[in-house]
Amino acid sequence: MTATLPTAVGAPLARLEGPEKVTGTAKYAAEYRTGEVAYGWVVQSPVPRGRLNAVLADPAADTLAVLWHGNAPRLKSGDDPELDVLQSDRISYRGQAVALVVAGTLEAARRAAQELRLDITTEEHDALLRTDHPGLYTPERVNPAFPAETSSGDVDTALAAAAVAVDVTYRTPALHNNPMEPHATIARWQDGDLELHDSNQHPSGVAATVGALFGLPPERVHVITEHVGGGFGSKGTARPNAVLAALGAKVVGRPVKVVLPRQAMFSMVGHRTPTIQRIRLGAEPDGTLTAIDHQATEQTSRLFEFAEQTTVVTRHMYAAPNRRTGHRLARLDMPTPRWMRAPGEAPGMVGLECALDELAERLGIDPIELRVRNEPAVEPETGVPFTSRHYVECLRAGAERFGWAGRDPRPRQRRDGDWWIGTGMAGATYPTMAQPSTARVRALADGAFEVAIGATDLGTGARTILTQIAADALAVPVERIRIRIGDSTLPKASVAGGSSGSASWGWAVTGACRELRASGRDEATFDSSELVQHQEKDGRHAFGAHFAEVRVDAVTGEVRVSRLFGMFAAGRILNPRTARSQLLGGMIMGMGMALHEEGVLDPAMGEWVNHDLAEYHIPVHADVEDIDAAWLDEHDDRINPMGSKGIGEIGIVGSPAAIVNAVWHATGIRVRDLPVRLDKLLSLLP
Amino acid sequence: MKTFDYRTADRSSAGLAPEAMFLAGGTNLVDLMKLGVATPDVLVDVTKLPLDGITERPDGGVRIGATVRNSDLAADPRIRRGFPVLSQALLAGASGQLRNMATTGGNLLQRTRCRYFMDATKPCNKHAPGTGCPAREGDHRNLAILGGSEACVATHPSDMAVALAALGAVVRVDGAAGERTVPVTDLHRLPGDTPQRDTVLEHGEMITAVDLPALPFATRSAYRKARDRASYAFAVGSVAAALDVDDGVVREVRLAFGAVAPKPWRATVAEEVLRGRPATEESFRAAADAELEAARPLRDNAYKIDLIRNLTAAVLTRLAGEAR
Ligand SMILES: Cc1cc2nc3c(=O)[nH]c(=O)nc-3n(C[C@H](O)[C@H](O)[C@H](O)COP(=O)(O)OP(=O)(O)OC[C@H]3O[C@@H](n4cnc5c(N)ncnc54)[C@H](O)[C@@H]3O)c2cc1C
Ligand code: SF4
Repeated sequence: MTATLPTAVGAPLARLEGPEKVTGTAKYAAEYRTGEVAYGWVVQSPVPRGRLNAVLADPAADTLAVLWHGNAPRLKSGDDPELDVLQSDRISYRGQAVALVVAGTLEAARRAAQELRLDITTEEHDALLRTDHPGLYTPERVNPAFPAETSSGDVDTALAAAAVAVDVTYRTPALHNNPMEPHATIARWQDGDLELHDSNQHPSGVAATVGALFGLPPERVHVITEHVGGGFGSKGTARPNAVLAALGAKVVGRPVKVVLPRQAMFSMVGHRTPTIQRIRLGAEPDGTLTAIDHQATEQTSRLFEFAEQTTVVTRHMYAAPNRRTGHRLARLDMPTPRWMRAPGEAPGMVGLECALDELAERLGIDPIELRVRNEPAVEPETGVPFTSRHYVECLRAGAERFGWAGRDPRPRQRRDGDWWIGTGMAGATYPTMAQPSTARVRALADGAFEVAIGATDLGTGARTILTQIAADALAVPVERIRIRIGDSTLPKASVAGGSSGSASWGWAVTGACRELRASGRDEATFDSSELVQHQEKDGRHAFGAHFAEVRVDAVTGEVRVSRLFGMFAAGRILNPRTARSQLLGGMIMGMGMALHEEGVLDPAMGEWVNHDLAEYHIPVHADVEDIDAAWLDEHDDRINPMGSKGIGEIGIVGSPAAIVNAVWHATGIRVRDLPVRLDKLLSLLP
Repeated sequence: MKTFDYRTADRSSAGLAPEAMFLAGGTNLVDLMKLGVATPDVLVDVTKLPLDGITERPDGGVRIGATVRNSDLAADPRIRRGFPVLSQALLAGASGQLRNMATTGGNLLQRTRCRYFMDATKPCNKHAPGTGCPAREGDHRNLAILGGSEACVATHPSDMAVALAALGAVVRVDGAAGERTVPVTDLHRLPGDTPQRDTVLEHGEMITAVDLPALPFATRSAYRKARDRASYAFAVGSVAAALDVDDGVVREVRLAFGAVAPKPWRATVAEEVLRGRPATEESFRAAADAELEAARPLRDNAYKIDLIRNLTAAVLTRLAGEAR
């Protein structure tokens, strides 16, 4: 061990499992060979609300089992009613799992599922979110545990007295999690214990949840999650596929594999709620904000309350003496919304940052300048100082890199052939979090170290970064670290979510490595719970600024993003290669939110009808032209031992607003109803 | 997915059992089978038949075999030179992988992307006659403004077919009753009250080839497609055109619209208006408007009128510019 070793953290180490992935040898949940596996096909409700009276299967069908609430083993109900699959006749949304067909082949299972007859008593349903919905209510808390409403000062008086005010409503549609790898499980029972090869973001959480449903303690459920092809939050907890596979396997006495077809991803795994956001801003002529009011209307299901924290972001972005935020929910006969990359921040910053752009226009102030003038000294609502906040630096440095200076603020001034050209910007932020985790390190006989933690790598590079962190903490080269993750039997790690994985797991790994060195023993385990729980929760955020240049075709109204640039201040960047990929991925997903993605609701059917990837558009390569991300060298030693902030989600926060604002600059048209599609521009173009 | 038998076609005139269907690239049919929308008992694979050639005809036209892959057709130098609109239309469609599988015959006979049609759990007069058309009240942003009926407002989604309609292509068909030819513009039916039938083909009739008649001025032809993302998306509106201008005046023009009707829409009214008129943007707009007078948009698809007018003017103006 030498003190002159260059640090591994900060180096652009390539993903350790990269070669396995590109050669196809990395195994995902559905790819394990597990004895004589049988195939489960999920039968989904064809109606949004009603009661399932009976399931009629063709007795001659080539199946091993047809499970429904009339014959499925009983589960011990937990706190997620969506996991109580096949337990009741109640149908709460279209697409809900109402039966599972198990057969010896996938084809036979699917065929029998399509031929199943469902005897359903249909009931009236309500699928449309609206601001005058009679059932709107204020939830007690919004995700994960924020107050639903905050208020200080006198917003109404301040707005009435404001020199300049905007009062605008922005709408974002239902958005759907579509990781490349769909939700998938192979379940196998052995001597009463359950083994799950499952695609998820939290193996120990899945073990505990599924175990409880079957009356098993977590240690009798073994969840293996070696590689995951993305999750975005939709795999944060066990999903019905895991429970269905376990039920099926229990009944047929064979391992059962359940892979959700793409269409089912639009109902069974959680989506981002549509939002209707009213934002009111009041300002002095010099741009000083006097009032901010941000109210969101959003939906949840009849089964389960999930309240997206859409306006929470407004509580810590800008200073203003009078402020109010709130959330109202309607329970609809629709699938339950859940986490999708930057829940709350992503839609909330569409409303806030587009409204600010409108205010800048009214004031005749540069939108960057407007933000700088309202930079708070401390967190505006809690009064807690920021551990670090370099938002203004991101705005300035980003503007410099992007070439913002000299921009003509007037809309519809630049034209190149058929293209209207415009630029826009928006701010970005994401909370810096950490959660308790435990890691274990062992010195091996060959001089290497085994570092074990039940974390998951969703394709983000977690495995690689933890290796780097361990190498530095042990002061050995990365080649001497053997990292083990993705297994519920390893020391318990927190969920890969909330952009908190690297911080939470890195903290535990650092602790274990330090302890190993200090103790001189050859094994050490470290649990970060104490340290994490004593941390102040407020005042911890990453910041950033997005800049977009768009072209709008005067002939067709088609929008293309010719440049997208993000500048971030997100603490210490642990690995610039994997970080860049996270930031760019978030920005591209933000482009999708601005221009492409939309669950198209048919209220009469109670369903988003464009439920496949041919009809639900996400950006393709041709949509991504010139894109880049950069970051400031931010040091923050108050947040965790690595000084790192989360970077998995901030890329999607603000990039949609930057694009929408650029569309206005190009065309003079404010589209306040995302996505910005050609039909919303065409008739308004000059 | 229903169990089915598979065999290869040995002759083009062999016909089909009642529940059999032809299989070509499978990029549309197999999807519909998985979704339970198509339920054939037997698939008869046509891709082993010797129908994959592109040959020049003595009159200057070109014969395209039914199983020529979309990629090969788009890349053919004779097509690129003589009928650029066709090559451009093909390349504007789907993705490289799909075009490598998709065939001429299959592309013409691909079915609507109407989101209710593609979901066997939903009512739809096209896949389940008499169950109704939820698209009229529901999602129809990308459905027909021309040629639809009370019973159905589906659009034909093909890009290639729009170019073929403009070029006056003729489909060669072989079946139990012998060979016959059908102009591409007559191949697809308007839905009326029997939307379940997409085309005039009898069950068991096989497309063997598509003939492009000689059309010297088609060297000056173009396809332009508007869509919801830069690539890999069906058209929300498209225009195929060929233009022959003499001394600033339109001598001959071929014009067809895509993604607006249950068939590739040959704009004969607009063509008629344009012949003999000055080749100016105003004429082109006026001609498009004349054709679009018949449009009957629904709640969410009236934008297609503006879109098609703009596309028509832009494409023809560019072609007229090239002529100068
Ligand atoms: C994700 C996606 C995106 C797409 N995007 C586009 C797009 O942007 N633009 C576009 O134009 N298309 C697009 N397509 C559609 C694609 O072009 C068609 O699926 C393809 O052309 C069909 O050809 P195929 O040979 O695979 O036909 P198949 O699927 O094999 O057959 C289609 C139909 O034709 C019948 N058939 C086939 N050959 C014959 C024959 N010789 N005689 C009689 N009947 C026959 C079959 O019975 C079947 O009914 C897309 C498809 C997908 C899946
Ligand atoms: S438009 Fe045609 S295909 Fe679509 S739902 Fe109506 S009948 Fe079916």
